[in-house]
Amino acid sequence: MADNSYLIVFILVMTVATVTTRLLPFVIFQKQSKHPMMSYIAKYTPPMIMSILVLYVLKNVDFTSPTSLNTIFAIVVTVVVHIWKKNSLLSIFSGTFLYMYLVQQ
Amino acid sequence: MIRNILKETTPIMFGYVPMGMTFGLLFQDLGYPWYFATLMGLFIFAGAAQFMAIGLLSTGAGLTEVFISTFMLNSRHIFYGLSILDKYGKWGLRKLYLIFGLTDETYSLVTTIKIPNKVNEQDYYFFITMFNQAYWVLGCTLGVLIGGVVEFNTQGMDFALTALFIVLVIEQWKNIRDILPFAIATLSSIFVLYFFKDQMLIGSILLSLSILLIIRAIKNKSYG
Repeated sequence: MADNSYLIVFILVMTVATVTTRLLPFVIFQKQSKHPMMSYIAKYTPPMIMSILVLYVLKNVDFTSPTSLNTIFAIVVTVVVHIWKKNSLLSIFSGTFLYMYLVQQ
Repeated sequence: MIRNILKETTPIMFGYVPMGMTFGLLFQDLGYPWYFATLMGLFIFAGAAQFMAIGLLSTGAGLTEVFISTFMLNSRHIFYGLSILDKYGKWGLRKLYLIFGLTDETYSLVTTIKIPNKVNEQDYYFFITMFNQAYWVLGCTLGVLIGGVVEFNTQGMDFALTALFIVLVIEQWKNIRDILPFAIATLSSIFVLYFFKDQMLIGSILLSLSILLIIRAIKNKSYG
């Protein structure tokens, strides 16, 4: 029998830890938000984080294995459709449905 | 406005629902009542942390360990907030909820998309965050309730999040037209992946932010 009270405290601890990471910068740096360094960070951080997230979600793909061709093919389709049609939803779905089709063979 | 938000968040639904269902399925094996999976989606609302929770719960980890490992895992969010200090508007319940719901995917959307005219920014971000959380909570709940029963092959659906991030990189490029942040991030990530693969996210963020600030300092010095 699992212990519900342990789980409740566990959830609260994890909630507080997560909220702390998300709230901390606002509490500490909100007053400095107009500082030139902060605007510099605000300008360059989103493209950096987005690039890192792409590489992060691809980090377990083994590019020496032929199954990685599924991933590569789906990425190429996503990029090409996006540059061609300029419609995010369409590009994401083209890539995703192609990928699902390929991996479910 | 809701139509727009649905359109912007649908890719996230494709990522969050199957990912939440996987969480729910794993949670089911722990033997707790099903609704705790829903509660975890509602309160914790952090994908990676909830997956880590499965492991910690199965070994009955101590609460200090739970706090420290969750904090470490989510420490990247500190830099998310740091780069959008003014974006979320005035302090209030809405802003607190926006900060509470600042996941990787929500951050990526709010820093990239353009807001339709005549729409209140805070309202727009609020609904984006709420929709995303609704998908996640739905996924967690479905997974624990019907995950083992219904045979619907969602394999590969999580590619939606990969595709989303890729599309957002292209959109970021259109916004900023400067190779610097992309180059710094890519080189840092490859370096960190090679030497510290387990700490990839926070490692790459720290390294690229440091390089960025060093470059800024050098530029300022040469102009000064």
